[in-house]
Amino acid sequence: MTRRTAARQWLLLLLAAVLFSTPAFAQPSDTGFLAMLGELRDASFADKDQILGRLIDSGHASAPRVLTAWLDDRLYARTADQKVFIITSADEKVDPVGLVDPLSLKNAGSSTRDALTRIGTNNKLRRTLRIAVARFDLANPDASVRLAAVTEMLRSPDEAGAELLKARAAVETDARVKAEIQMGLSLVALDGPDAAVRLAAVQTLASRSTQQVRNRLALLLDKNPDGSDVETDEAVRQAATAAVRRIDRSRTMFGMVETLFFGLSLGSVLVLIAIGLAITFGVMGVINMAHGELMMLGAYTTYVVQVLMPKHIGISILVAIPAAFVVAGLAGVIIERTIIRFLYGRPLETLLATFGVSLVLQQLVRSIFTANNRAVETPQWMSGTLQLGDALAITYNRLYIVIFTIIVFAILLAVLKRTRLGLQIRAVSQNRAMAKAMGIRSEWVDAMTFGLGSGIAGVAGVALSQLTNVGPNLGQSYIIDSFMVVVFGGVGNLWGTLIGGMSMGIVNKILEPYAGAVLGKIVVLVALILFIQRRPRGLFPQTGRSAESQ
Amino acid sequence: MTGTLPPELIPGPILELRDLTVSFDGFKALNALSLTIDRGELRCIIGPNGAGKTTMMDVVTGKTRPDQGSAFFGEINLLDLSEPEIAQAGIGRKFQKPTVFERLTVFENLELSLWGDKRFLAALFARLTRAQGEHIADVLDVIGLGAQRGSMAGALSHGQKQWLEIGMLLMQEPDVLLVDEPVAGMTPQETERTAELLVSLMAEHTVIVVEHDMDFVRSIARRVTVLHEGRVLAEGDMDAVQSDPRVIEVYLGE
Amino acid sequence: MTRSDQTGTAFVSTLAIAAVLVPILNQLVPVSSPLHVSTYVLTLIGKYLCYAILALAVDLVWGYCGILSLGHAAFFALGGYAMGMYLMRQIGPRGVYGDPLLPDFMVFLNWHQLPWFWHGFNHFPFALLMMVLVPALLALVFGWLAFRSRVTGVYLSIMTQALSYALLLAFFRNDMGFGGNNGFTDFKELLGFDLHRDSTRVVLFVATAIALGASYMACRAIVKSRAGRVIRAIRDAESRTRFLGYKVESYKLWIFVFSAVLAGIAGALYVPQVGIINPSEFEPINSIEIVIWVAVGGRGTLVGAAVGAVLVNYAKTYFTGALPEVWLYALGALFVLTTLFLPRGLMGLLPGSGDAQ
Repeated sequence: MTRRTAARQWLLLLLAAVLFSTPAFAQPSDTGFLAMLGELRDASFADKDQILGRLIDSGHASAPRVLTAWLDDRLYARTADQKVFIITSADEKVDPVGLVDPLSLKNAGSSTRDALTRIGTNNKLRRTLRIAVARFDLANPDASVRLAAVTEMLRSPDEAGAELLKARAAVETDARVKAEIQMGLSLVALDGPDAAVRLAAVQTLASRSTQQVRNRLALLLDKNPDGSDVETDEAVRQAATAAVRRIDRSRTMFGMVETLFFGLSLGSVLVLIAIGLAITFGVMGVINMAHGELMMLGAYTTYVVQVLMPKHIGISILVAIPAAFVVAGLAGVIIERTIIRFLYGRPLETLLATFGVSLVLQQLVRSIFTANNRAVETPQWMSGTLQLGDALAITYNRLYIVIFTIIVFAILLAVLKRTRLGLQIRAVSQNRAMAKAMGIRSEWVDAMTFGLGSGIAGVAGVALSQLTNVGPNLGQSYIIDSFMVVVFGGVGNLWGTLIGGMSMGIVNKILEPYAGAVLGKIVVLVALILFIQRRPRGLFPQTGRSAESQ
Repeated sequence: MTGTLPPELIPGPILELRDLTVSFDGFKALNALSLTIDRGELRCIIGPNGAGKTTMMDVVTGKTRPDQGSAFFGEINLLDLSEPEIAQAGIGRKFQKPTVFERLTVFENLELSLWGDKRFLAALFARLTRAQGEHIADVLDVIGLGAQRGSMAGALSHGQKQWLEIGMLLMQEPDVLLVDEPVAGMTPQETERTAELLVSLMAEHTVIVVEHDMDFVRSIARRVTVLHEGRVLAEGDMDAVQSDPRVIEVYLGE
Repeated sequence: MTRSDQTGTAFVSTLAIAAVLVPILNQLVPVSSPLHVSTYVLTLIGKYLCYAILALAVDLVWGYCGILSLGHAAFFALGGYAMGMYLMRQIGPRGVYGDPLLPDFMVFLNWHQLPWFWHGFNHFPFALLMMVLVPALLALVFGWLAFRSRVTGVYLSIMTQALSYALLLAFFRNDMGFGGNNGFTDFKELLGFDLHRDSTRVVLFVATAIALGASYMACRAIVKSRAGRVIRAIRDAESRTRFLGYKVESYKLWIFVFSAVLAGIAGALYVPQVGIINPSEFEPINSIEIVIWVAVGGRGTLVGAAVGAVLVNYAKTYFTGALPEVWLYALGALFVLTTLFLPRGLMGLLPGSGDAQ
């Protein structure tokens, strides 16, 4: 090495030392970081806000994890030595709980909860934390995390955030995240001084349909208190007007689709819960007041299946379906053989007796499983939402239930039309005396019909377990609805139940925005009472001799 | 109300059916049926199944409307009236199955069939008048159930239930009684008793009996009308009808 | 005297004796004596008597007319709410918030005006009219709609259940002006008499006993009249009765409305004695329980219904106190066993009961 190159090297080193010693490149000290954490323990919320700012600016490598933990209510101080830790689980029931060192982010033992004091937050702190965490998440390898981060940041768009987003947009690979960032940047650009920039922003935003975008664009068309336009540029105003109109149209249309979907979803649940009842009523003239409890048995079967196979929640539903069918179906056959068959021809007595059965079943479940609700998990493949465009979000569980209902309906139809049992069931329901004369064992058919209807109730219970709380009162919440569908749809054929249930679901959902869920229900009930005037036996009444005796 | 003048003062036909045609989905239940029944007669209508006997009664009582033809009850055009109006006008029908009120007594069954204000408030405050009581007693006599007046109708034998039902019809003092297969399921003694009952009703009432039981028909019949495929095949007294070759052919060993 | 006359007389006599004896045992017999009837028990019996009136109402429409109403608790509750509204107005400025006009729950909801349908309820005669009129009107409208279109059997029963369910949902709403899910409570006075005083309770008890006696005799009069026979005919053979010329729908409507009135009266007497009314009274299970009282006692016998109501509710009080878990099993079993083995109820077990009236 010559003397010249050595001197140059020394110069570079000096330069580096100077550069690296400036705050921007200063490696934040661990002790400083820990000290700030320590201050959090006894700080007031106002002070915490200030400390949070310093933590964010510190640039310490552990800051993201610590702040995320704080947001999740997992930042605690150990009372004994006042050291701050991240705990591994926010679930109160987990005690003792694992500790993580905030600096090294390594496992640091465990502690009981009573030896720890939580470092709390208020709403303001949480807001700041959320944004901070979102900003850190911008660089997360998982695209969905990045997307969530961008969405979070856009809740409170500002200059600093915009800068980060711009930087991120340059390197972002995922198309959805990029689109989201563009939207965010465009929103911020609307506040800018340059009309051309604003115009470009409006045009970019016109292709999006979120509520936030719509509102922001609508603001551009507002007037100031003194009457002048908020948006001074004519071209921008025109673009904004067109954009808002376009967005509104799109949102309305998607809104209708969404209502339709929710109506179908509700309708498919109604169909599931009613179809078993329609079958037993159509064939035997029996209204089974324990129908709701048979659904409950199906829901609890799902719970039990999940308890028995906790590691396989994914296929638990698929196992639960036949299991619930068997459990509820068997219960139905037992009820039929021990009680209903002695009350043949006395539908009102049967109604009362089955009500008694429903009480016993409810209490039985209460005794075995306690009166508390039981948690039934939704498998991974059924969770989540399908986002179609900006204005339509379809939850997977409801979608699967609609599909499921159609499958069940098709299977039932096939059973009734193609199998021997189905043929016998139809014969008995149309003309019992004749069927008996032809050698059909109508008693056996009764038992099988009741078993079939009950089994389907059980299967409906599996679906319900995915939508609502599973408790001893589950049946009571849905029994009236299933009656309504049967009364409306008639018991002449299965299509009556399908059409009846689906239409009731859709009507209910259409009414909801205007009347609210409860009032909507009342309206449906009253409408049904009035509908019965015109058609006392429902949409598809049962024909044949037995109809008269009902 | 029912017939007002005693029968002797209004001789002649009481029921005139002309060219009645009724089709159900292409099948002609009645095919230009013409029939006349005189006041005070006891007429038996016989014929194989599907001959149109029940449909004919349905038309007379207003249950079914004919496609063509006319039906007159005295001066009254039956086709203008509804079912309840025809019943009010004085045509009573007894159906095949006895439909008495099983959980009411014989007396109460007859009481309910009384003529009069049938509205709720009237029934709530109604007291049995002497005349009404006597009327019930008379009918009980006629149908021969005086001893059973306090028994539950459900406890009666099949035959007794049929008589009670005839009694319920009689309470409304009809001019015409349409009786559909009265002796189906009766014991021989009951059948005999029913024959006596129906004959006793003749003269004051016009009785039209639809039956299958030939022995019974013979025991009561004055005039017999044979229906076949919706029209009158033969008419006359029992012997004439039974030796009619057309009738023999249709009945084949009846 | 027929059998039913005998039981009827026995019933009314027992009731009369109880109406006199129980207050005496409560007021004039010292607390230390084993014969003393505590005010709590007196009120409890009063409650049972209200249920007995309700059972009579259901027996009339079901046992005699064949209409299985699974929503009669709604009429009971409506009568109760009418009484409740009167009692709430009587609280006046003595409520928690001290508003002279508005009940506490309205003040809590930031309402400034009394809703229009509350006006008049500070006058007892008006409230009395409403206790009877509101259930009657509801029964009239519903019955007219249902009977006119020949809705019968299980369809009708389901519709009555739907009706009471709809009312349950409606009354639960806080903005309806009926106290929402809390309903009405903390009553102070009825006609100037303090509701917490023993003497008032005694008077209410006697009034209920008298109401029960009067209801029984009214029902009996109906049942023994020709209209009663028509109704039974409708129950057993509706088309035949129509064929005889009776306006079946009209009879059903009269009976249904009268029965609703009885239920409303029962509810109105119930509320001041138990001190509270809330929307859970509209629950479908309440209506179905009434049916089991009637079934256990013996439907179509009137006396059986009243007795059944007292017995089953006594059992309920006992079990929910001593063995609460067992109660629902017992009730459920009662439903099943009664329908299977006691189709004529307990009255059917009496010798010589023959055919029910």
